Amino acid sequence: MGFLTDNADLLWSAFLTTLSLAVTSGVCALVLGTVLAGMRVSPVPPLRGLATFYVEVFRNTPLTVVFFFLVFGIVQIDLSFPSRFIAAVAALSLYTAAFVCEALRSGINAVPPGQAEAARALGLDFGQSLRTIVLPQAFRTVVPPLGNVWIALAKNTSIAAGFAVTDLTAALQRLSNANADQLLLVFAAIVAGYLVITLPSAWAIRVIEKRVAIVR
Amino acid sequence: MPCVTSQQTGAPLVELTGVNKWFGDLHVLQDIDLSIDRGEVVVVIGPSGSGKSTLCRAINRLESIQQGEIRIDGQKLPEEGKALAKLRSDVGMVFQSFNLFAHKTILQNVTLAPTRVRRQSKADAERRARELLDRVGVGHQADKYPAQLSGGQQQRVAIARALAMDPKVILFDEPTSALDPEMINEVLDVMTSLAREGMTMVVVTHEMGFARRAANRVVFMDGGRIVESADPQTFFTNPRSERARDFLSKILEH
Repeated sequence: MGFLTDNADLLWSAFLTTLSLAVTSGVCALVLGTVLAGMRVSPVPPLRGLATFYVEVFRNTPLTVVFFFLVFGIVQIDLSFPSRFIAAVAALSLYTAAFVCEALRSGINAVPPGQAEAARALGLDFGQSLRTIVLPQAFRTVVPPLGNVWIALAKNTSIAAGFAVTDLTAALQRLSNANADQLLLVFAAIVAGYLVITLPSAWAIRVIEKRVAIVR
Repeated sequence: MPCVTSQQTGAPLVELTGVNKWFGDLHVLQDIDLSIDRGEVVVVIGPSGSGKSTLCRAINRLESIQQGEIRIDGQKLPEEGKALAKLRSDVGMVFQSFNLFAHKTILQNVTLAPTRVRRQSKADAERRARELLDRVGVGHQADKYPAQLSGGQQQRVAIARALAMDPKVILFDEPTSALDPEMINEVLDVMTSLAREGMTMVVVTHEMGFARRAANRVVFMDGGRIVESADPQTFFTNPRSERARDFLSKILEH
């Protein structure tokens, strides 16, 4: 155990990096994904087309490739992110937003069409009816799939380790290289770090799902 | 008979001229001309598939039409957008399947549009909503969710929700067709009293009793056309068209 306490600072900061990568990207992806879902169901064809194009591009591109592009590719067009952490957040958010959008869209499709019709018949415009009637009901039905997306995101943060962000996986590489004799302990510590994020999430998702359920 | 309201003027409140609509090859509305005066209660009847629901839904553009013109209070129905939303806020609608907002309480269902669309204060909207809910007999259910109410209660809430916008006209699209028989009358009673108070109403229904009791005019549709339009007395006792006679004989002999 002496080994772990010796490296407590590195492990703790790596854990915080992974957690903040996941939370920051999660929030960004939720916002962007919601906007995209709104576009995909909007009555304006160009908006629908744009959002569909976005989803197909990011959903079908490996996350590592998205990272490569944002870290090295955009340098070619004289752009760069202020830090590798921010580049990682951007890659994770852009990629995950496509999945958030599709999860939400399935929820939107599950809201009975009469709900939006009633809203429109009362004089709510498309945006109002989406915000006050359709999305609140859609979010409730997509808590389980959004939970999946969140847990996948939490684990996908590990790609950032390959791009000079010192997250849990980077700590794993560093500590296992330096301490080959302690390999099992290093693995256990790193896995525990991820589980601390994902297991309570799974539990929280179940609680939220129960709490927001709507009876029809 | 509904009383004539003081607002009654010469111009019709709802006016359909040469309206045509196709669903693919199916010509669902064929050369529809219909005008509805203020305070008038028009009951639209006809066999299923005759286009009567589509007609009702076209009036607030839940269904778009391909030809012809629909005017409400002199104003042509605008294309999708803010202007259409504004016009719809003056046209109430009651659906067959109630369509109460499932995630909102009964009270919130009624206050939503007045606060969001009319920008009324929450307190004003709630006071009015409670009055309306009392009036339709579900005041004590205000804090429940739609699924906790019976079908008849939900439909009465839907009527209160429409009334909260002080609409110029209310469209009823088969309001009792999804109800258990013992709940139909509680909804029809509310509608009859609205008719008596001079509300302009377009009612698509199979309830012939309601048509006799509350309608100023019965419009009979078949195959996408208005086949006959007459006052209820004339229509039920002496229909002009063969198709109306046939339809009536089928539904009235039970």
